[in-house]
Formats: sequence, C-alpha cells, structure tokens
Amino acid sequence: MKSEVSTADLVEYLLRLGDDALVTAQRLGEWSARAPEMETDIALSNIALDQLGAARLLLTYAGEIEGAGRDEDALAYLRADHEFRNAQLVELADEQPELGHDFGVAIAKLLCLSAYQQPLYQRLCSSTDERIAGIAAKAVKESAYHLDFATLWTVRLGDGTGASRDRMAGAFAVVWPYTYELFETDDLVARVAAAGVGVDPSTLREHWSEVVGGVLAMATLDVPETSWRPTGGRTGRHTEAMSYLLAEMQVLHRAHPGAAW
Amino acid sequence: MVSPASLSGGRPGTGPSRAAVPAGSVDAAAVRAAVAAVVDPEIRVVTIEDLGILRAVSVADDGRARVTITPTYSGCPAMDVIRRDVAEAALAAGAAGADVETVLAPAWSTDMISESGRAKLAAAGIAPPGPAGRQGPVLLRLSVRCPRCGSMATEQLSRFGSTACKALWRCTECREPFDEIKPH
Repeated sequence: MKSEVSTADLVEYLLRLGDDALVTAQRLGEWSARAPEMETDIALSNIALDQLGAARLLLTYAGEIEGAGRDEDALAYLRADHEFRNAQLVELADEQPELGHDFGVAIAKLLCLSAYQQPLYQRLCSSTDERIAGIAAKAVKESAYHLDFATLWTVRLGDGTGASRDRMAGAFAVVWPYTYELFETDDLVARVAAAGVGVDPSTLREHWSEVVGGVLAMATLDVPETSWRPTGGRTGRHTEAMSYLLAEMQVLHRAHPGAAW
Repeated sequence: MVSPASLSGGRPGTGPSRAAVPAGSVDAAAVRAAVAAVVDPEIRVVTIEDLGILRAVSVADDGRARVTITPTYSGCPAMDVIRRDVAEAALAAGAAGADVETVLAPAWSTDMISESGRAKLAAAGIAPPGPAGRQGPVLLRLSVRCPRCGSMATEQLSRFGSTACKALWRCTECREPFDEIKPH
C-alpha cells in the first residue's frame, strides 16, 4: 500500500483531487431550492453529495498521510484560498455576464468537469495506492451519472429554443478558457504518474475532447474558440470567486470551532 | 462533515463499550443476527444485510463485536446513522463493545442486493435494480417494470431521486410515480 512517491507529493496530489470535488460540491449546493424544477434541484443536490463524499474520503486520506493532525474538517474549513489546489474551473460562479445566476453555466461546468473526472477516476482504479484505487472505484460509477445528467441538459438546452441555445452557447464561452488547466502537467503529476499512483492529466485530453465535442455536436453548439487560458489553481492562485465561496463555506466552522452535526 | 468520534474510527477498542462482560459469555450468533437485522435508515423495508452494505461481523475473545460495512454511494448521508445503529444493536445483543469499520473495496454494487432484499423493495413499491456492471455513461436503456401494476410502459422522470441510490420514474399505464434503485 505504501507507494514510492514522497509524503509531500502524495498529500499535494490528494488535495488537487479532493479540492476539485469539495469546491464543486459547494457550488452545486447553491442550487438547492433554486434549480429550474424540483427533479433538477434534487439531481444537483445528489451530485453535490457524491462530490462531497469523494472529497471527504480524499481529504481524510491527505490529512492522515500528512500526519500533522489535520482531519477533513481542518482541511476544508481552516485553509485560506491560496492553500486550495482545485482547478479554477470549479470555483467559477454559475453566472453569465448580463444574465447573472445561470443554470446553463452550472451545466457547462458539470459537463466539462465530469468528462474529465470520469476517465480520471477510471484510470485511478488501477492506482498502485490501494486507498486511492478504492476511492476511485466508487467515484467512477458516480461520475458516469454526472456526465449523463450534464449531457442530457446540454443537448436539451443547446438543441432547444433560440433563447436556450444562446444561453448554452454563452455558458460554454464563459467556461471554455478554464478547461485547459484541467489537463496541465507539471513535475508533481509526472512523479505521481511515474510511480503508478496518479494520472498525468494531459493523457486524458484527447478522450475528453471527443466526449465533449460529441455532446456539443448533438446540442448543435460549436466548440468555443479561445486563446486565453487562465491557470494557477493547482499552485494556489485563484479567482476572486474563490474567496467568496470559501467565506460562505467556512464561516460557521470559523465562528464556532468544532461545530458538528 | 463530522461523525461522532466514538463511532467513526473502527479500530479495535475505539467504539462504544458496555460495563464489564464476563469473558466467553457473549453469544456471537446473537450479535451477528442483531447486526444483520439493522434496517437501512432511508429505505426502512430492507436490512443492511439485504442491501449488501454489511460485509462482516465477528466477536473477539474480549467480547467486542467488530463489524465491517461499506457505503452505497461515497456521500451517502445514512452511513453515520448506520454506524450508530449497528453499534447499538451489537451492544443490545450482549456484545461488550462495538467497533464499526467502513471499507471501500470492493466497491458496492446493486448486484450485491439479495433476492429477499429485491422482493422487499418491490413489495414496498420501489423497483429493484436491473443488473449493473456497465462501464461509462449510457444514454438509452430498457424500461423499468412498474412495481405497482407491472406495466413496462414507464418513463424516467429524473435519474436522481429521493436518496442517492434512487431514480424517479412514472408509469404511463397506472399513472403512478415510483422510485427505482439505480443499477450501480
């Protein structure tokens, strides 16, 4: 079970995986009681719960390996924005310019994320780290549902009315620049991938483009073109939206240390 | 995100205990039966054994029960309640203490739901799952039989239902909505 990667590398890698899931869960949770219809409300809350479940397992493991006495709560509630390792995509507010809060952006983000997480977890099922493999084996089945859900809504709205198509196209225009960061590679992922513990995300890009491109085609939407590729989440550089998200997520725990259900 | 510290660990000796129990006086079969009879807190017609959530029960020489369970979905909010109910059942059946461990591998699948569990679900108006074992997303699937009238003329309303493991369907024959345990 003990892998060849250093403790620091493994903790960092787990934070990247776990923070993607945790921040996604927090954003999706904002749709509770606000989604366009009750079934969708329940669906987004369920997806948030899946992401939170994976986040808890990954962050708990990161805390155990780190050995500094930090549990899942300490990692979720007591880190500052520059200590989070999620990609910037997941922290973006579900908003479009001129429109404000927008369901289309939530769906576009979920499609782009789940088309990345599903094959990532699939590959991690054969991680040489048994604990990661076990977590991935559960998460991969759940992310297949997330991808299904996001696909159905993208097609329904993209290939819907003129208004819904415009909004869906606008949503992908907002989200698209942030998708490149998901597939960036660096020395850390090279080391964990070489040890068979993790996956070099750049190897997922081709499959992702096929899946997302196929869905966009079904939805009669064009693949957005962009030369702007914001990055920095994996090293703790985040957008303004991240600080607001953390303020809401952490305020209770910081005001009442040790608060529990 | 916090579960009661006394129930979360699962390491021997970390769970709740009773006052001293004479060595060798614990009926392991009774403890096992009591734990197996714990019902799922969200689908109260089936036991955790029916659902395949219960992996193992043993009683150590010191009379402490050691129970292994596995979650259905990673974020299933019922797990904390199940851990507590399992510990209480083991203590009530005479165990000196109870340590409940959660394992992930092999990942839970609806194929682990027993025949009796499927029958109980159907009797409660919840369509039992078809075979799992699919890989990747599936956009089209065969219909699900209505647990009320038996018709195959049903349609999916939402692939997410009242709990993490269920989808919401509607029968176009008898017009009733129903839950389905998603093949997973």
